[in-house]
Amino acid sequence: MSHHDIDIDKTVRTYMLVFGALIIGTILTVAASYLHLPPGPGIALALLIACAKGSLVVLFFMHLIDEKKFIYWLMGLAVVFFAFELFVPLLTELDNINLGS
Amino acid sequence: MSDHEHEHHEELSFWRKYVFSTDHKVIGIQYTITALIFLFFGFTLMMLMRWQLAFPGKALPIIGALFGPDRMPGGIMLPEFYNQLGAMHGTIMVFMGVVPLAVGGFGNFVVPLQIGAPDMTFPRLNMLSYWCYFVGGVIMFASFFVPGGAAQSGWTSYPPLSDIATQGQTWWLCGMMALIFSSLLGAINFITTIIQLRAPGLSFFRFPFFVWAQFVTSFLLLLAFPPLQAASFFQLMDRIFGTSFFMPEGLVISGELSAATGGGSPILWQHLFWFLAHPEVYVLILPALGIVAEVIANNTRRPIWGYKSMVYSLIFLGFMSFIVWAHHMFLTGMGSSMSAFFQTTTMIISIPSVIILTALILSLWGGSIRFTTPMLFALAFLPMFGIGGLTGLPLGLASTDIHLHDTYYVIGHFHYVVAPGTLFAMFAGIYYWYPKATGRKMSDFLGKLHFWPSLIFMNGIFMPMMIQGLAGMQRRLYDGGEIYAHTQTALHWHKVISISAWGLALAQIPFIINFFMSLRNPKTAGDNPWHSTTLEWAAPSPPPHGNFTELPTVYRAAYEYSHPDHDEDYLPQFQADRQAKPAAATT
Amino acid sequence: MSMAIPYTVEPRPDTGLNNVKIGIWLFLASEVMLFGGLFAGYIILRVGSTDWLPGSHFGLSVPLAFTNTLVLITSSVTMVMAWASLIRKDFSKYRLYMGITVLCGLGFMVIKYIEYTSKFSHGYYPSTHIFLALYFTLTGLHGIHVIAGMSYNAYLWGPGAKMWETAPEQFTNRVEASGLFWHFVDLVWIFLFPVLYLL
Repeated sequence: MSHHDIDIDKTVRTYMLVFGALIIGTILTVAASYLHLPPGPGIALALLIACAKGSLVVLFFMHLIDEKKFIYWLMGLAVVFFAFELFVPLLTELDNINLGS
Repeated sequence: MSDHEHEHHEELSFWRKYVFSTDHKVIGIQYTITALIFLFFGFTLMMLMRWQLAFPGKALPIIGALFGPDRMPGGIMLPEFYNQLGAMHGTIMVFMGVVPLAVGGFGNFVVPLQIGAPDMTFPRLNMLSYWCYFVGGVIMFASFFVPGGAAQSGWTSYPPLSDIATQGQTWWLCGMMALIFSSLLGAINFITTIIQLRAPGLSFFRFPFFVWAQFVTSFLLLLAFPPLQAASFFQLMDRIFGTSFFMPEGLVISGELSAATGGGSPILWQHLFWFLAHPEVYVLILPALGIVAEVIANNTRRPIWGYKSMVYSLIFLGFMSFIVWAHHMFLTGMGSSMSAFFQTTTMIISIPSVIILTALILSLWGGSIRFTTPMLFALAFLPMFGIGGLTGLPLGLASTDIHLHDTYYVIGHFHYVVAPGTLFAMFAGIYYWYPKATGRKMSDFLGKLHFWPSLIFMNGIFMPMMIQGLAGMQRRLYDGGEIYAHTQTALHWHKVISISAWGLALAQIPFIINFFMSLRNPKTAGDNPWHSTTLEWAAPSPPPHGNFTELPTVYRAAYEYSHPDHDEDYLPQFQADRQAKPAAATT
Repeated sequence: MSMAIPYTVEPRPDTGLNNVKIGIWLFLASEVMLFGGLFAGYIILRVGSTDWLPGSHFGLSVPLAFTNTLVLITSSVTMVMAWASLIRKDFSKYRLYMGITVLCGLGFMVIKYIEYTSKFSHGYYPSTHIFLALYFTLTGLHGIHVIAGMSYNAYLWGPGAKMWETAPEQFTNRVEASGLFWHFVDLVWIFLFPVLYLL
């Protein structure tokens, strides 16, 4: 984001909205844990809320929403490799571990 | 550069100019020299191991006594010391030798020149990167002298052995952290520099192939190293705070049940390690391919064949290198569907490698080849890397890998890629860019005296390893496999290999003499001694601080050799008028 | 220096970015992969462990972690407000917001310290159980990031702020880059909180 072409008052209003949303999100995260859902849906819900909060931070606080092309390519690449890193090791272990227990 | 500024530049103290310099060329030379020293050191470790393998249990004459009773009592190598030598040979060669030479050395010196930049974007980070590397190297070297000696668990540091190894392993991990940090800073700097500091007119598809290679390599360093950083933290926690990330439950160590709690996974280390270490293999090879492309274009006097397909292959190769890592782990008992996945990706990744190699071979067709020393090394690289690559295919298929895994075949395969492959390309690069760095050419006679014995001995070392491996001889054996019945038929090759290794050391003497004596060569080389087309040859030799006397502009693609409309057989990127004689650029 | 390095402040026309912006995002991409390795460890060990125990078993305090989440989120907001104040050329507001950001970071670490000591006093150490090993390693590494970001922000609040007089544009870029890192640290905590305390 270049400094010359931003409407700073509008940007600040966005920051405040995001701030509010993040606080609500945090409360929701804790509230969801009191629902005592079974592990599967419980994890899914908690991560869903975390992803929503994370997206707000990245998009608005880190200005990714109006960033340049290179940054999108870079973070896209990082996210793809992050996904490989996170889940492929688990997949190779599936024969050895018991997900049901 | 105005006179006033020139004087200002002269005022830099010795320390700021040669030691704590922020000039990419000085840093590149620092990297090169340090990496060459580490390469020689790592080679020496291996030569010691080769004595034990060729003559197991025999006292090493004369120098054996120097190592003291806790390493080589009476000149006979202890198994613990053998393990240290093995682990540190791999670590030093990969992380402190080839990568710093290929990326830190050549990348730093050549890339800013080839893109027409005054320096790297972050000169102070660049200096920090070198000094992190230096500190990492010192930690690794110092670890030989701590109680119990250096790391003994192989360059892969597999737990649980590495978790319970002596103190040297902790030093290894700390050294590794420093080296990783150094690579990270370097990678950030390279990518930013290549994107931001390109000279006017230098679009991405006008890049010399070497710049592309460094660009992709930097992404591999940037995104593949952090998982090893994470794994190193885990292992440090295991070793210092007694956690059990990598210690499985119920592990029995020396007859006693270990205190591991909650059940860790040694396989986790392997995943995180190979997530780095497979892209790392491409970090070793891509800059080498870049150098070979430069040298071949220059010495065949014709454009690289299939430049665009090479670039696309390179990018695809870089991407794929992140999703093949578990082919190092077929024997960990992973599920058959996942091993099928990794076999498939491994077979796919061989395609872009073959495209690049084929394009380089086809580039020779119809060229008027100049057999200069750099060209000899580049030409030898092609079949050597070819052997290295093709012998990798049986390792990428699970069924054949079961037989070949952890044998000398793996060692032979990997070394064909990295020793007569990458290292030959590095030598080609040194002979090729030495005139740019020093203003003097290296001796061609000594260069050939270096090349031919090196080529013969390299094959004398690594070809027999293939035979030994096919016979089923395991690697990392202290006695070289003497006690096993099935290795008896291949044991005699150990002597051939060891003698070749020592011969290879002798073959480096002409290189060392050449490297230093050529500095005193009274004849200067001029700005463009090889009549080359790329931007680094527009700068004076050696380039001053800030590189170019005036900012170059790029008018055309990187390899316009033997252009039909042009009198000379080369048309530099930086030369505006096609018809003009390029005399001005060559001085 | 005969030639200054271009695009340190103003963006390069064809990429639309200055050097610092690219550099910090590259660094963050590598950080994504670092924490990816740590979370991959968490997943494998959790799924593969024969006796996994959740954080509640070791008395991890959800209220404390909840407070800490709010503290970090607040600090992220004051961080962007500090940057916005510089855009508005209001240096005293910048000082105020940046000061709060640093104090929030400090508050986070104090709460972390209370949590750690309470675990130690119950005899819970990293070696006690695989969950605690993960808890201490993941929060410890995150804590190192908090300290690093806080230190740099403190520098930008104190001695580093002199640059506002000499090169305001460059100083604003620095604050923005430091902010990007700080938000990333916040982002990691947004995931660490449910993963370690709630699930």
